[in-house]
Amino acid sequence: MKSFKIFALLMIAVFLLGACGPAAPETIKIGINAPITGDIPKVGEGSKYAAEMWLADIEAAGGLEVGGKTYNVELVIEDNESKAESATKVNTKMITQDEVLVIVGPQSSKQAVPAGEVANNYSTPMVSPWSTNPNTTLDRPWVFRGCFLDPFQGPVVANFVSDEFGFTKAAVLYDVASDYPKGLAENFKAAWEELHGEGSVVAYESFTTKDTDFSAQLTSIANSGAEFFFAPQYYNEVALIVQQAHELGWDAPIVGSDSWGSAETVELCGEDCYGLFFSTHYAAAGATGATKEFIDRYEAEHGYVPDDVGALTWDTLHLVQQAIVDCGEITGDIAVDRQCVRDALASITDFNGITGDMTFTEEGDPIKCAVIVRISDAGEYEFYKSACP
Amino acid sequence: MTSFLQNIVNALQWGSFYALIALGYSMVYGVLMLFNFAHGDIFMVGAYIGFFVSTGLVALSALGALTLPSWLILTLTIIVAMFLTSFVGMLVERIGYRPLRGAPRASAAITGLMIGIILETGNLALLGAQRVSFPALIESVTYNIGGVFVTNKKVLIVVVSLLLMFALHQFVQRTKWGMAMRAMAVDFVVVPLMGVPLNTIAALTFALGSGLAAAAGILFGVAYPVLDPYMGILFGWKAFVAAILGGRGSILGAALAGFLLGFIEIFVAAIFPSTLRDLIAYSIILLILTFRPHGFFGEAYSAKLRL
Repeated sequence: MKSFKIFALLMIAVFLLGACGPAAPETIKIGINAPITGDIPKVGEGSKYAAEMWLADIEAAGGLEVGGKTYNVELVIEDNESKAESATKVNTKMITQDEVLVIVGPQSSKQAVPAGEVANNYSTPMVSPWSTNPNTTLDRPWVFRGCFLDPFQGPVVANFVSDEFGFTKAAVLYDVASDYPKGLAENFKAAWEELHGEGSVVAYESFTTKDTDFSAQLTSIANSGAEFFFAPQYYNEVALIVQQAHELGWDAPIVGSDSWGSAETVELCGEDCYGLFFSTHYAAAGATGATKEFIDRYEAEHGYVPDDVGALTWDTLHLVQQAIVDCGEITGDIAVDRQCVRDALASITDFNGITGDMTFTEEGDPIKCAVIVRISDAGEYEFYKSACP
Repeated sequence: MTSFLQNIVNALQWGSFYALIALGYSMVYGVLMLFNFAHGDIFMVGAYIGFFVSTGLVALSALGALTLPSWLILTLTIIVAMFLTSFVGMLVERIGYRPLRGAPRASAAITGLMIGIILETGNLALLGAQRVSFPALIESVTYNIGGVFVTNKKVLIVVVSLLLMFALHQFVQRTKWGMAMRAMAVDFVVVPLMGVPLNTIAALTFALGSGLAAAAGILFGVAYPVLDPYMGILFGWKAFVAAILGGRGSILGAALAGFLLGFIEIFVAAIFPSTLRDLIAYSIILLILTFRPHGFFGEAYSAKLRL
C-alpha cells in the first residue's frame, strides 16, 4: 500500500512537471474557448471548423511572419460546455498553464461576460467573435469583440418591424436566466417603447434555460393583442417556440435575433420557420467576394453552409492575426507580447472582414452593420435589408 | 375565459409527462424503498431509443421496403421502445442496485445518481453533443374550438398516457405479479420468506417503470421534437417531487400529483410573471408537503421501514 502511495505521488509529480514545461519561443499560441458540448454544440463546431481553416492557411504559408521572423501557430481549443463557470476555468487554464498570447471566444454572452473578467484580470487580450451583450467589454481594456452590440441590435429589430409591417403592439418571449436573451429583450423593449410609447410592449414573458414547454407564456402572448412577438433565443429553443406558437393558433410573424443564425435552426424547426425574419451579422445566400469564397470553402470541407459564428470566428482570427503582425516583434516575454497585441488590436481601423468593415471604439467594440435575413421557402438565409449605425 | 381553458389544455399535456415518469419512481420507491435517481435518464434513453426506432422505420418506409402508415409507425415505435427500455431498466437494477441491496439506503441512492451521469455522458460519447430532431410522425392538425386551440398531438398524448396508467393499475390490482409487488411494498423483508422471489419482482418493477418512462420519452419527442442528453435531469427531479407528493407506491397518487404539478406550473406561469414560475410552483408544493408529509395517498407506516 505504501509503495502504491509513493508511486501515485511520483506520478502526480511527473504529471505536474510535464504540464509546466517552458513554451517553445518559436510558437505563437492562440486559445479558442468554445462550446463544443452543452446547450449549443453547433456553435462550438462552427468556431472550431473556422479556426482550423484559418490555421490551415497559416500552415500553408509556412507560418506567421512577424517582424521578419516566421513563427509556428498553435491553436489551443478548449470546451467550455456552454457553461459560465467552465468558460472562466478554460480561460484561467489557457492563460496560466498554456500561456496563450490571445484568446478567441467564448461565443455566447453567458460565457463571454464572466470569461472576459478573467482575461482582463490576467491582462490577456480576449476577442469574443459573437457576444453581443455590452457587459462583455464594458470597462475591460483587454476585452474586444468581433460583432455589433445588443443596444444596436434591439433598435434595428424594432425599426425593421415598424417599417416593414407597420405594427404598434409587440410581445417578447425570452430566457431570463441567460445574459444574451435577457439583455437583448430589454434593449428591444426600450427601443420599441421609444417608437410607439409606453405600454406598447403588451406582453413581456420569460422562461428559464432548459425549459421545453412555453404553452402558458404563448397563450398569454396570443391573448395580449400583440401583432408579433420577438424571441431572441438560441436555435434549440427557436424550433420549440415557433412550433408551439403555431399549434396554439398563432399565425402572426415571429421575429428573431442573431442567435437564430445557426446552421441547425432550420434543420430542427423545419417548415414552421420558413418566411420568418431575424437580424444577424451576415447573410450566406447571395454573398459575394471574400465572403462567398469562405462559404464555398467551408461548405466543401464540412458539408453545410457556415453560420454567422463561423464567419465571425474567421474574421476575429484575421483581426488577431493582423494585431500580432502589427505588433512587429515577439519578445518571448508573454506579458510584454500580450500588452503589444492588445494595443495593436485597439488601434485597428477599417478592417475589411467577410462580415463587414470594422473599426474599434474606445470600449473595444467594432462599429459595423447588421443585416435582416429572411428564411426562404427553401430554408436558406436570404439577405433582405441592411441596417448601419 | 378562453385563455383559462387554453391553459387547462396546456396543463393536461404537460402534466401527462410528469405523471408517466412519476409512476416509475413511485413503483420502485414503493416496492424497494429505493430512490431511483437514474429514472429521469431512463426517460432520456427511452426517448433516444424511440428516435432510433422511428427514424429506422421511416427510412425503411421511404425506401419502399415496407409501407406503413405513420400512425402504425408511432404505435410500433412506442411498443418496441418500451420493450427495449424495460431491458435497460432491468440492466440498471441488475448492475447498479442488486449488488447494493444490503448496503445503506444512501449508497443505493448515490448509485442512482452515478448511473444517471453514466447514461448522460455515455450518450454524449456515443452520439456527440448535437441535438437530434425527433421525426414528425403525425402531421400536426390544430382544431379551434371556440377560441381554444387543441392539436391532435395534445389529444394523443393525454389519451395514451391515461390508457397506460389504466393498464398499469389493472396489472397491479388484478394479476398475481401485481399482488406480489403490493405485498413487497408492505414488507420486503418478510414477503420473500413466503416464497416471493425478490429479485424477479425487483426486475419487474424496474422494467414496468422504465417502459412507462420510454412511452413518456416518445410522447415528449412528438410534442417537443428536440432531444438532448441532459433532457431527463430536470424532468426526473420534478417527477420525483410528484411521486412523493402522490404518496409512496400509490399509482393513483403519482398520476394525480403529476397532473397537479403540470397545472400548478402552467397556471403560475400564466397568472404571475413567468420568471417566478418554479419559485412559486415549488413553494406551493413545499407547503402541501408540510401539511401532508406522506403525500396524498401515502400511508403512515412507511416511515417505520426506513433504514
